[in-house]
Amino acid sequence: MAGVDKTTYKEIAGNGGDYLSLIGWLGVFAAAGIGSAFYMETKGHIVSGMTNQIVWGMPHVFAVFLIIAASGALNIASMSSVFGKKIYKPLGRLSAIMAIALLAGGLMVLVLDLGRPDRLDVAMLKQNFKSIFAWNIYLYSGFFGVVIVYLWMMMERRFNKYSTIAGTFAFIWRLALTTGTGSIFGFLMARPGYDAAIMAPMFIAMSFAFGLAIKILFVTSAYRATKRPLGDKLLFKMRNLLGIFIAAALYFSVAHHLTNLYAAEHSGVERFILLDGGIYTMLFWVGQILLGAIIPMTLLFHPATNKSCQGINAASMLVILGGIAQVYVIIIGGQAYPLEMFPGFEVTSSFFDGSVHHYAPTLPEIVLGLGGISVALLIMSIAVKYLPILPASLSDAAVDPADAATGKDA
Amino acid sequence: MTDAKNPVITEEKIDIERRRLLASGGAMAIASGVILYGAGASAREKGQPATSAQRWGMLIDTNADQSDWDTAINACKQEQGWGGGNNPAIDPQWIRKVSIKNKTTGAEATFPVMCQHCANPPCVDVCPTGASMKRADGIVLVDKHICIGCRYCMMACPFSARSFVHEPVHNQRPHMPRGMGTVESCTMCVHRVDKGQSPACVEALEAKGSKAIIFGDLNDPDSEISRAVSAHVTRRIREDLGVEPGLHYSGI
Repeated sequence: MAGVDKTTYKEIAGNGGDYLSLIGWLGVFAAAGIGSAFYMETKGHIVSGMTNQIVWGMPHVFAVFLIIAASGALNIASMSSVFGKKIYKPLGRLSAIMAIALLAGGLMVLVLDLGRPDRLDVAMLKQNFKSIFAWNIYLYSGFFGVVIVYLWMMMERRFNKYSTIAGTFAFIWRLALTTGTGSIFGFLMARPGYDAAIMAPMFIAMSFAFGLAIKILFVTSAYRATKRPLGDKLLFKMRNLLGIFIAAALYFSVAHHLTNLYAAEHSGVERFILLDGGIYTMLFWVGQILLGAIIPMTLLFHPATNKSCQGINAASMLVILGGIAQVYVIIIGGQAYPLEMFPGFEVTSSFFDGSVHHYAPTLPEIVLGLGGISVALLIMSIAVKYLPILPASLSDAAVDPADAATGKDA
Repeated sequence: MTDAKNPVITEEKIDIERRRLLASGGAMAIASGVILYGAGASAREKGQPATSAQRWGMLIDTNADQSDWDTAINACKQEQGWGGGNNPAIDPQWIRKVSIKNKTTGAEATFPVMCQHCANPPCVDVCPTGASMKRADGIVLVDKHICIGCRYCMMACPFSARSFVHEPVHNQRPHMPRGMGTVESCTMCVHRVDKGQSPACVEALEAKGSKAIIFGDLNDPDSEISRAVSAHVTRRIREDLGVEPGLHYSGI
């Protein structure tokens, strides 16, 4: 059972020029994102780069990235509440806030990209329960509720004892949520780039890596900006964990492509992604594999870089960029490769059947996506100012009582 | 845009037609008991829902004269009010000509592809709101009132049969409300079928003496289409997926 949390949490002052300027800029980007959505809504999706062949574009890349990162961000809290790793306990509250913020940003982008976002009430009231999208409406909205309760159990000392049960429930919920997000693609039997059960566990592994990378960057930035102590102990623990998560995400990607390569029917789409798909091949090898996995793992495990905050931050930033590249390859690359309507035949038509589909994202789409990221960061930044979320200290002694007893500190 | 052929349809008129269409489960209300001619189909009685007694389908002869496909496509555009744009990546295409060439033998064929009106339609499975729906008689439709424009059905369709409306639409037909931000596809001319008529593409072909597309009830063993599909082997696109399309193709 979880004991009472003895960590001292303190709101950040948040009255300096840097903080206000950060909030201001995030507000501008969030407003620009909403403005972009309004523009697309008024003019129609013709102002986007999306077509009748590439039906999901840049907004979906940002939205899916944010949604899977949201479930991953909760992971540090789960490590403490569910798996008993007490060292992560001080970051439990922040994990919950980040999960809520990232999900809110992702859902904002997803909803504002709808052809008829004004009909959101219809989506809430009329549901087809055979649709994974309909399940996701419950998984996503339920996630907010479950995480808020979990956060409450963590923040109210009288209820700390319930944080294990609330955390376990939230952990199971987040696994279901990411399974639901991966299955959006896994359930698409007609598209050779998707249609794979491995999408669900792969998305879970990706979420661990993306969520933790964002967490590391937020924590190191916030502690540097507020001049609060951040010891190596917690940072190095998160570093090791990030390395493992990157490897896990890479493992699922390798297993996915190897399985596809073994099946002759998938050789076309594999050739497209791995060999001659132009931008998608480049984003796969350079973005996802090199920048998103190999370089960050080297930075995290090589003795020359793995003890520096800069090295760990650089690795985290690369995981985020590589993650966006990976989601881009999955979502856009999976659509760019033509449907195999007539296997064994060359196919042509006025609807571009049989051709690799062209997609060039436009500014409104990108601004909408950045708006979602800004909303997520805005929620996090405001939360740490008005709520006792961030521990006053993350020094080695503060995160590990054993160190305090022996007099070690950061 | 307005012209003599395409009068401006007011919003109220479209709304009234929408309500009538939905009130009968997608059917146009007509006088009770009236039986109309056409492809062995009979009109449904007013207020009666579509039933699984019928399974509407089509048989497409891929060896037909190539000009037939332009006839069919133009008839569809005229009937349903789509087409006329100049951006094929964006403009809706409810029906299109697809050409295939056997990579090994070089044999070629060209034929129309549209919504295949599957018995197990993936678009209906994935639609979050139920806007994508299959009537009991096998016709797959989009309810434009509850389509939120998520395009998941377009991701799921194995035939690229659906289009998203990317810009404001003009020249709407009273029987076929369309709207920016929603998804649309071949309705098998449900408004005509419910009146006992054939789809517009079939009627246009029949008018020029072509049987390139046979429309009818696959559940009726005496219908022309049932006799044809039982006499000769036909293919359905991506039969391996198990979605059971209602459209059969002969000659491929």
